[in-house]
Amino acid sequence: MSAAAAMPAAEAAGADEERVFVTLMLADQLCGIPVLAVRDVLAARNITRIPLAPAEIAGSLNLRGRIVTAIDLRRRLGLPPPPEAASRMAVVTEQGGELYALLVDQVSEVLSLAARDFEHNPPTLPMLWASHSAGIYRLPGRLMVVLDVGRILALTAAQ
Amino acid sequence: MDDLLVDFLTETNESLAELDVALVRLERTPDDQPTLSLIFRLVHTIKGTCGFLSLPRLERVAHAAENVLGRLRDGDLAATSAIVSAVLAALDRIKEIMAGLAEAGAEPAGADDALIAALDAAAAGRETTASSRDTDLPLAEPPPLAEPLLAEAATPAPREGADAVVAGQTIRVGVDVLEDLMTLVSELVLTRNQLLQLARNEQNSPFTVPLQRLSHITTDLQEGVMKTRMQPIGNAWNKLPRLVRDLGHELGKKIDLVMHGAETELDRQVLELIKDPLTHMVRNSADHGLEGSEERRAAGKPETGRITLNAYHEGGHIIIEIADDGRGLSIERIRAKAQALGLASEVELAAMSEGQIQRFIFHAGFSTAAAVTAVSGRGVGMDVVKTNIERIGGTIDLKSTQGAGTIFTIKIPLTLAIVAALIVEAGGERFAIPQISVVELVRAGLAGEAASDQPVIERINETPVLRLRDRLLPLVNLRELLGLGAAAGVAREFYIVIAQVGSSLIGVIVDRVFDTEEIVVKPVAPILRHITMFSGNTILGDGSVIMILDPNGVARASGSAGNGESRKPLPATAETMTSATRTAMLLFRVGEGTPKAVPLGLIARLEDIPRERIETSSGQAVMQYRGRLMPLIPFAGATLAGESQAVLVFSDGTRFMGLMVDEIVDVMDEVLRIELGTETAGLLGSAVIGGRATDVIDTDYWLRLAYQDWFRAGHDPHPGALAPHLLLVEDSEFFRQLLVPVLVAAGYRVSAVESAAQALRLRAAGTRVDAIISDIVMPDMDGRAFARAIREDGAWRGLPLIAFSGRAEPADIAASRQAGFTEHIAKSERDKLLATLRDQLAPVGVESGVDAASGVAP
Repeated sequence: MSAAAAMPAAEAAGADEERVFVTLMLADQLCGIPVLAVRDVLAARNITRIPLAPAEIAGSLNLRGRIVTAIDLRRRLGLPPPPEAASRMAVVTEQGGELYALLVDQVSEVLSLAARDFEHNPPTLPMLWASHSAGIYRLPGRLMVVLDVGRILALTAAQ
Repeated sequence: MDDLLVDFLTETNESLAELDVALVRLERTPDDQPTLSLIFRLVHTIKGTCGFLSLPRLERVAHAAENVLGRLRDGDLAATSAIVSAVLAALDRIKEIMAGLAEAGAEPAGADDALIAALDAAAAGRETTASSRDTDLPLAEPPPLAEPLLAEAATPAPREGADAVVAGQTIRVGVDVLEDLMTLVSELVLTRNQLLQLARNEQNSPFTVPLQRLSHITTDLQEGVMKTRMQPIGNAWNKLPRLVRDLGHELGKKIDLVMHGAETELDRQVLELIKDPLTHMVRNSADHGLEGSEERRAAGKPETGRITLNAYHEGGHIIIEIADDGRGLSIERIRAKAQALGLASEVELAAMSEGQIQRFIFHAGFSTAAAVTAVSGRGVGMDVVKTNIERIGGTIDLKSTQGAGTIFTIKIPLTLAIVAALIVEAGGERFAIPQISVVELVRAGLAGEAASDQPVIERINETPVLRLRDRLLPLVNLRELLGLGAAAGVAREFYIVIAQVGSSLIGVIVDRVFDTEEIVVKPVAPILRHITMFSGNTILGDGSVIMILDPNGVARASGSAGNGESRKPLPATAETMTSATRTAMLLFRVGEGTPKAVPLGLIARLEDIPRERIETSSGQAVMQYRGRLMPLIPFAGATLAGESQAVLVFSDGTRFMGLMVDEIVDVMDEVLRIELGTETAGLLGSAVIGGRATDVIDTDYWLRLAYQDWFRAGHDPHPGALAPHLLLVEDSEFFRQLLVPVLVAAGYRVSAVESAAQALRLRAAGTRVDAIISDIVMPDMDGRAFARAIREDGAWRGLPLIAFSGRAEPADIAASRQAGFTEHIAKSERDKLLATLRDQLAPVGVESGVDAASGVAP
C-alpha cells in the first residue's frame, strides 16, 4: 500500500479526483496517511519496550490478540521526543501480514482532498522528511505532508 | 486386526469412494482420458495391495476389473454404460469383501466367478460390443445383473455398518485446516488466561465456577487439537532404512538399522524440523561411527555394525536416541583438534572431563573425520545439527565410549505452538523464559554474606560467577545484557534462573520471578528478527505483550558482550583490521604493578611447580621438563618466593622456556589494541583488557633471554614502525582470526584482507608490505591467480609470497610454485609458517645462526 505509487495515478485522473486521508499531528506538523492504509486508530497505551531494538521501535502492543509493533514516528522523522505527560495515539497499518502501529501526537479528522491541491515534495525538504513523504497538500491556511507508509516501514525493515 | 490391514481398509475405502465418482463421470464423458487414467491407477493400486496382503478374492476381482479398464484406457474399448456397470459391479463386490474383512479380519468366503466371467467378457468383447449387444445384455441392465452377482456373495454382511466403521475411522483434513484450528485454540488459551487473571482479582465472583469449566474444556480442546497435529516419528524415519542400506554399499560396511518407538508421536512442525538433523546424524553414525568389517572383526565385534534409533516420551518432551556400536569418539583426536582450532588451551583441556571434550564436536568447523568422504563431512557438521535442534528449543547431548560406540540423545518439546514459560522481570520489563530450558531457580547471596547453605556469587576479576553446590556457573545479568540500565542500589540477594544451553548451564540474574504460564509463541515482527536474544513474543493473561527470551541467544550474546563498553568502533580500512580481531589473552601478575598480559596462543603450558624443583645451572635457573632442562627466566620484578612458582611455558616445538611470574590471573578475550611506546624492556606496550590498563609483554624479548636465537632472524625487540609488514589474504574469517594474533604476537605488523581484489587495491594504493601470505581457495580470484598478478608487475613483484592452504599435497605445492609462490605451507603448520617468514624476512646476509642454546640444553 504505497502512497507513492498511487499518487501519480491520482494526478492523471484529473484535478477533481479526491483522495481521503486520516490526518494526524506530529510536533505541530499536519500529516496525512491514505485512509485505505489505516487499519485502526487507538490510544497508545501499554506499550512493551523491546530491549535492543532499533531506536525507532517504541515497542509492541496487543491489538485484540494480535501483536503490533509500534514505531515512534517522531523518532523516525528526527523530531524531538514529545513532552513527558503527553498521551499519544497510534495509527495501525499492515504490511506483509504484520501489523505496525505508528505513534503520533494526535489523530484528527478524516479529510477528502482534491488532486489539484497536491504538490510534490519541495526539494528543500529535510532528508528524513523527504524520504518518508509522498508529497504535500495545500490546505486552507496550512500544509499537509502525505506520509509514505510503505517507505516508513520498508526503511525500518532494512535496518 | 493387523495394522497393515486397517491401513489398507482405510485407504481402499477412500479410493473406492473416489472411484465411484470417477466412474460415473466417465460414463457421462467416455473419452475423458484423465479420469480413465485415474480409475485405472486406483484399481491397479487396490489390486497390487491385495496381492501384497494375500487377499486372493479381492485380487481376482480387482484384476478382472483392471483388465477391462486397461482396455478402456488403451482405447480398445469404448466406455459404454454396460462396461461401466460391469466395473461398478466389481467395485461393489470389492466393497462387500472389504466389509467382511473389516468385520472378521479375513476375506469372507464366496465365489466371484460369474462376475469375473462378465468382466472378462467385457474386456474381450471389443468386436462384439458393436454388433451383438446380446453378450452384454445382462450387463446393459445393471439392476438385474447386480442381483445375481450379489447373491453370489456367501456372506452379504451388514454392509452399511461395516462401511461406516472403516470409513469413519479416519478422515483426511487439510493441514491448513489444522493449522487454523491450532491458531484459534491458541487464541482461546490466551483469552482463557485473561479471564482467569480477571477472576483471580475478584472474590466470590459468580463466574468462578463456569470459568473453571471453561478452563478445563479449553485445556482438553487444546490437547485434542494438538493430537490432530501429531504424527508418529516413524514418518521421519521411513527413509532411513534405505539410506543406511545405500550407505552400507557405498562404504562397504555391513550395517543393521534398528528402530524402536517409531509410533511415538510429536507435532508435525517439530517432525519436519528434526527430519534433516536426524538423517544427518544417522549418516554420521554410519560413516564415522561404525568401523569397517575388518576393523570390527579385529576388535572382536560382530561384523555387522548396528545403529539403533529409539524414541520415547518423557514429560512433555520426546527423547530420541541415536546409538551406534562403533569405535566411539577419539578423545585424543578431539583434544588435538580443539587445541589446533584454538578452542581451548592444553591446560584447559587437561582439566576437562571426557564428556566436555567430546562436546567439542558440536563446535562449528569441527570434524574429526580424517578424510572428507562422499557421505559426510560435507559442510553440514554437528554444529548445524545442534543449532537446528536448539532452534526448536531442544537439546542434544552425547555419550561415547571409545571402542564401544556413541549415543546421541536429543530432547525436544512435543510442540512448538504452546509452551510453558517462566515469567521473570528485569529492569521493569517482563520476559518469558521457556520452561524447557529452565533447570532451577536459585536465590543467591554475595560472597561472605550468604547463609551457609545458600549459593554464592563470587567474582573472578570483576566477572561474576555462581558457586552452586559443587559447580561454578557463568552468570549474566539480564538487565545489563538487554541494556535496561543498572539496578538502583546494591542488591544483597539475587534471583538467578539456571538455564540449560546446549550441554552447559548458565545463570541469568533477574530482578523478580513470577509464575509459569502457558504461552503461545508468536514470531516477532520481521524488523526485530535480528535480535537473537528473543525467540518470539506472546500475550500474557493480563493482555500485555512480552518478549520470549532465547537462552541460546542470551548465552551467545553474553559470551561476546562481556566487555561491551570497552569495545571501540571497528576501523574501516583493511590496514587496521588487525585491531578488530579478538585475541585470548592470559593475564598474570608480577609484583604490585599493572597486570601483565600475553596472547594465550603463544603459551604452550601453564605450570605451577614446587619451588624445590627449580635448580641452577651455570647461573641460570632451570628445571627438568619433559626429560630436558628448561631455562627459567624470572619476569622483571617477580617475587620468586613461596612454595610453588607459577610458570608460563613457551615452546617452539623442540625447546621449552619458562617465564616465572607471581600469579596467573585469568584468560580474557579481548580486542588486542596495543598502544606502543613503552620504554621498559620486555614490554610491548599497554592495552585495555577487561576494562583495565594492562601491560602486554614482549614475548620475543623474554624468549631471547633464554635462547638468543629463539627467533632465528631476530628482529627489533620493539616492533614499531620497523617491524616487517605482512599482508594476509584469507577469505575465511576464522583463519584470519586465528592467524592475525599469532603473526602480531610474533612481532609483525599485519594487514588482513578477505579477497585478492582487496589486496590488489592496497597495492594500487601504494601500500608497502614486506611479505604476502595468501590462501589458495578463495572465491572470485583464487590464490594462484593472485600470485600470478603479483608476479606480473607492480611494486610487490619481488616480495616473498607464501601460500597458506588447507591442502598441501605435492601437486598443490608444485602448482603454487608454478604460479609464483615462494613457499606453500599447510594451514595446520603454523610453526612452519613462522619459520618460513623468519627465513624470508631475514636481513640479507644473515643466515640462520648457530644454535646458541646448545650450551644450556644438554
